[in-house]
Amino acid sequence: MEAIVCVKRVPSTTTRVQVGADGRSLDPSGVEYVLNPYDEFAVEEALRQRDAAGGGRVTAISFGDEAAQKELRTVLAMGADAALLLANSEAPNADGATTARILAEAIRGRSFDLLLFGKQAVDRDQHGVGPAVATLLGVPCVSEVVAIEVGDGKVVCQREVEGGRETVEAPLPCAITCQKGLNEPRYASLKGIMAAKKKPLEVQPVADFTPAVQVLEMTLPPPRPAGRILGEGPDAVPALIEALKNEAKVL
Amino acid sequence: MKITPELDFYDLDGLLEEDERMVRDQVRSWVEDRLLPVVPRHWEEGTFPSDLIPEMGELGLFGPTVAEEYGGAGMNSVVYGLICQELERCDSGVRSFVSVQGSLVMYPIEAYGSEAQKREWLPKLARGEAIGCFGLTEPDFGSNPGGMLTRCRRDGDDWILDGRKMWITNGTVADVSVVWAKNEEGEVLGFLVEKDRPGFSAPEQKHKWSLRCSVTSELVLDEVRVPEANRLPGARGLRAPLSCLTQARYGIAWGAVGAMQACFQEALRYTSERMIFDRPLSSFQLTQDKLAEIGTEITKAQLLVWRLGRLKDAGVMRPEQVSMAKRNNVVQALQAARLCRALLGANGITLEYHSGRHACNLETVLTYEGTHEVHSLILGRAFTGQNAFA
Repeated sequence: MEAIVCVKRVPSTTTRVQVGADGRSLDPSGVEYVLNPYDEFAVEEALRQRDAAGGGRVTAISFGDEAAQKELRTVLAMGADAALLLANSEAPNADGATTARILAEAIRGRSFDLLLFGKQAVDRDQHGVGPAVATLLGVPCVSEVVAIEVGDGKVVCQREVEGGRETVEAPLPCAITCQKGLNEPRYASLKGIMAAKKKPLEVQPVADFTPAVQVLEMTLPPPRPAGRILGEGPDAVPALIEALKNEAKVL
Repeated sequence: MKITPELDFYDLDGLLEEDERMVRDQVRSWVEDRLLPVVPRHWEEGTFPSDLIPEMGELGLFGPTVAEEYGGAGMNSVVYGLICQELERCDSGVRSFVSVQGSLVMYPIEAYGSEAQKREWLPKLARGEAIGCFGLTEPDFGSNPGGMLTRCRRDGDDWILDGRKMWITNGTVADVSVVWAKNEEGEVLGFLVEKDRPGFSAPEQKHKWSLRCSVTSELVLDEVRVPEANRLPGARGLRAPLSCLTQARYGIAWGAVGAMQACFQEALRYTSERMIFDRPLSSFQLTQDKLAEIGTEITKAQLLVWRLGRLKDAGVMRPEQVSMAKRNNVVQALQAARLCRALLGANGITLEYHSGRHACNLETVLTYEGTHEVHSLILGRAFTGQNAFA
């Protein structure tokens, strides 16, 4: 079982983000970066499928800045066999189409049975990279998958759809984007962390690029306005109903 | 994975190696996902979260510095310290469990045990398939362990152990106890005593209002017979058990930083959200003075243990340096926990918040593994050359 997992370094969801001085990117100071949580499902699945098949290789690939080596090292510590960083300092500002093009160029020519992604990166929430890479490589793509069963030359997946589940089949090689519920990602153990030090992590520079989509501005949501006290006790109820109906328009 | 931020005012993160940070982050994430949600209930019920022991073993939290051939990860002492810090961010009792297993059971077996003892016990202890405890303290001999009354005497190829140990973490749940006893010449020897040896029992000491997640026991040794093969061949004299305490105290000094961090973050969050007189509680000078005090103490404590860890890994750490860190960090953690619990007002006394539980736990940590005062005497002796113990 040959699996390639594409992963991304993203700000931790517990971080309170600030807009940087250029008004178009995040201020990285004080931000904790982690492996994208949905990518954890993809990594876990790749490891399980490799182990269930009784052998094979899991390769993690990331398009990121130099610092993303940390996330790739984490994937190696979880149990992946090799990692490749496609490095460019502007990678965190790349749009989905550009990211997909760069990943596809690196993957083309490599053999794989499964090409796994998180269903989205929690920083930009675009859901696009997995399907776009699959399209560029000409392989089928099943998105938002919650169960995977690999058979002889094919894969059967369950997807969550509105109000239920859909079971689909696709030939291998196949791209899959992973949804929460697919599995319970493991923690990297101390032994895994020690072993990861000896595993190959290749850094391959990526030429400067012009993003297909430019971020013009980032703004934080406006601060929530202060509450208003309409009165006290039962006497205030009519005014409250009035406000809920005509101002908030929730009744 | 989510990483809860912590106070790192002097950028100590930059002083850690990549693998050290990775261990810390993985353990922190595990603690938040798996341990923290269940600990308040266990604390209230007075039970240890035993069902999580296999996961702790799988992660490698038991004896991380033990050599790989004996089931450890062969990592450094800073990693061990960071594990203690992250566990005690959750609860001192859970950290105590790991301290005992690693520093007081696996360490003496690795340092003083025979090859057969190492092969038999270390891999099982590392995986959490066996639990260990350490029997040194007695009802009347805590700060003065050399006065112990527990005796061992030779009988053919065996030894007969007789005596009582008290305040033994993990005693009731232990598969193996490291028991220290004096021979007829008054020399302290160490033994591995399996739980099913006739004459051995370990009743639990109940009704604690501190370290309620940790099992505390008495060890009763009523003419317990063990073979010579169960004696730790490398351990002769009080220096052996004291060297184990040095290991454990080292981890405790790190653990205290975790407890302080947890209390500080909780108080910071609470006081910034809690409105009083139409302003956040954190906007008042009295609150900020407390937060300034605690934040400074956390930073000092972090620097102490970081440097201590580097000295330990360089093989030049002295026991009195451990005493300084244990003494300072634990008393500062206790004071921080009390202050934070007070900043939380009435909410601070509920188990929904953590500072009060930390404060209760740290009352134990203040007086175990060398009381605060014993460490004063160790430091006093180091500075003056004069022994003021008795």
